[in-house]
Amino acid sequence: MLSRVAENIYWLSRYVERAENTARLVRVNSNLVLDTPRGITPGWQPLVDITGLLNEFRSVEREPNERNVVRFLIGDANNPGSILSSLAAARENCRTVREVLPRSSWEKLNELYLYAKEHVQTGLTKGGRDGFLNQIIAGSQQFTGLLASVMYRDAAWQFARLGRNLERADMTTRIIDVRSTDLFPDDLLESRSLDTLQWISVLRSLSGYQSYRRHVAIRVSRPDVLGFLFHDSVFPRSVLHCINAVDEGLGELENTGVAMSSVHGLQRKLRQTKVAELSQSSLHEFIDELQLGIMKLHSRLVKAYFLPPMPLDKTA
Amino acid sequence: MPIELTEYDPGTFFDEMMAGKNRARPLSKELIGLFRRMNDGDLAERQAAADLAIKEMGITFTVYNENEGMIDRNWPFDIVPRIIAKQEWDGIEAGLEQRVRALNLFIDDLYHEQNIIKDGVFPSEVLAESKNFRQQCVGVNPPQGVWAHICGSDLVRDTDGTLYVLEDNLRVPSGVSYMLENRLVTKRVFPELFESYAPLPVGDYTTQLYEMLASLSPRKIKRPSVAVLTPGIYNSAYFEHAYLAMEIGAELVEGRDLCVEKDDCVYMRTVSGPRRVDVIYRRVDDEFIDPEVFRDDSILGVPGLLRAWKAGNVGLANAPGAGVADDKVVYAFVPEIIRYYLGEEPGIPNVPTYRCMYAEERDFVLGHIEQLVIKPANESGGYGMLIGPRSTKAERKQFAQLIRRNPRNYIAQPTLGISTVPTVVGQGLEPRHVDLRPFILSGRKISVTTGGLTRVALRKGSLVVNSSQGGGSKDTWIVESS
Repeated sequence: MLSRVAENIYWLSRYVERAENTARLVRVNSNLVLDTPRGITPGWQPLVDITGLLNEFRSVEREPNERNVVRFLIGDANNPGSILSSLAAARENCRTVREVLPRSSWEKLNELYLYAKEHVQTGLTKGGRDGFLNQIIAGSQQFTGLLASVMYRDAAWQFARLGRNLERADMTTRIIDVRSTDLFPDDLLESRSLDTLQWISVLRSLSGYQSYRRHVAIRVSRPDVLGFLFHDSVFPRSVLHCINAVDEGLGELENTGVAMSSVHGLQRKLRQTKVAELSQSSLHEFIDELQLGIMKLHSRLVKAYFLPPMPLDKTA
Repeated sequence: MPIELTEYDPGTFFDEMMAGKNRARPLSKELIGLFRRMNDGDLAERQAAADLAIKEMGITFTVYNENEGMIDRNWPFDIVPRIIAKQEWDGIEAGLEQRVRALNLFIDDLYHEQNIIKDGVFPSEVLAESKNFRQQCVGVNPPQGVWAHICGSDLVRDTDGTLYVLEDNLRVPSGVSYMLENRLVTKRVFPELFESYAPLPVGDYTTQLYEMLASLSPRKIKRPSVAVLTPGIYNSAYFEHAYLAMEIGAELVEGRDLCVEKDDCVYMRTVSGPRRVDVIYRRVDDEFIDPEVFRDDSILGVPGLLRAWKAGNVGLANAPGAGVADDKVVYAFVPEIIRYYLGEEPGIPNVPTYRCMYAEERDFVLGHIEQLVIKPANESGGYGMLIGPRSTKAERKQFAQLIRRNPRNYIAQPTLGISTVPTVVGQGLEPRHVDLRPFILSGRKISVTTGGLTRVALRKGSLVVNSSQGGGSKDTWIVESS
């Protein structure tokens, strides 16, 4: 497997996952807004915070209101993390590697990108938003499912898996980080039902509500949700599960040494920390450490497998 | 209302489907019959279905646009196939084999003894001024003596029905992937016709391509490692590079993926370290393949590639330097080349060609510039040419100057009344001009695609079939006459 190709597949997979996660975020927030009592706006800026693109947002929009945030996250071509940009980047990466991917996967992604491009204006209207986001989520899942069901389990598959799971682990920590703090003003959090609503929305963003209710508890509470989203080893969007999947994928490759030690470090950190007991500020710190660990793992993958940067001009 | 061809009028041009007003050629009767059974809108509907299939399959080509930069366009395709009788095709196939065999002998000769020059058949001044002759390739012995492994020759049919070779593309000819994809799309659009017509399949091209490439491997191993070298995603034919790599199970590589090590072997950079490459199907032009030898500013190539090839450590298709025979002035000598090396008469004629390097022929050209097509020797894609009958006075003046300044660089040909095929326009059919590009593979044996890529000038009256300039394509059917 060519290094360049491995890198493209890795990013392709990350971008598709990012598009899906962003669609989930917007969808869940839209639902949450409809559930909150009159006079209380849970706010849209946390969504920008989750994606870590606040500076980019400020450079193009003034007010972090619904309209602006949704436009920024869904259709802004200047936002590298918007759904449209993510799908465009995924498509560009896919285009350069389509000979190693199942042909139908390129067709699917191309179709998804074209859909997003052609329907983005509808997606920006209140009435069209939900349908648009559902299509993005369904299309991304079809793409991922297609790879899972027909792709040869060679290195290409493992890199797709690494990209998807790293992106997913990263996004899960971001969602928890922002959602556990900023959703409602503190004085309102005393209200039990709003607190519950907030954690339900976190679970819903990650499609984990149903699994949580079936396997963890009927009551939705902060300690249980945190435990579930960080430590559950069988929920596919929990941080531990994603890191374990990276462990397995990496295990199928050669030359894993340094990257693998990063993975083990993350697993150890997850095992040794009882997140349910963490105060808000220690939780934030812990998440920071995890994200740094994920970034380090990423840079080690780059170093071990992807193309070294182009040599500088030889006369230099 | 059924779709009738009563209004269909190709004028003085030879039409591949209609022998005269409302008179279908024998092999077209069934197709015309199908059109007659259609209702208003049916044809447009099938065309729309094909366009959608192309969009969804992601069959594209890349064009450069001044405003938008590089853009990916859907491949323009017309659903009405072009039909050629097997009997006629057999003759064309033999003629193409003959032509490519002679061209390879010619190239090999130019890089060795140059007997054809010594014997006074080919002028040394043409070689001396050739842009595509590579001094660095002199004396190299590629496997089987073959230089042009993949050739795309363009054929056109004149008003009287005669088929001519218009040019031979021996550098990095493209289009074969569209030929293959066109067939897949046509099967979706006209399944009912496949039963009765049973056009000969085209799908074995990729197997033959792989076998030819594998035969160039310096290591005699069961599965030599083959790579397709592409300039990258912004190349107009990138779709094809990716497509062919996928079809033949080769790695699609860019220059930066490859390196030549101290052992003069080529390796690709993989996630498990360097891996040896045996054969490279390169779709990068000569000048860019090796910055050590050719253009040193090229970032598309692989430093040391020529060295590895000369040492016999890697197979290259087409061989560097093969383009010497892909030159419109050399083209004018092909009939002589065939006679010289094979002692045979050409199976497919050349278009009569005036070589501006010869004073007598040049004078004729300058005197008849309005009636001729003027072509530069080394351009492709229909760029830099003048179509006399449609030119303005200023353009003619400019070309006359260009010719006088550099006569060796120009040839001229009479404007051919190139043939037409019914093509979907709106809800009906109108004649549009076509050419045909078959692809010829040369390795241990020579094989020709069954048919080839029919390119069609979609603009009314246009003769330019290049996809970069408003051309599209059609499926090409080779059909046994019943």
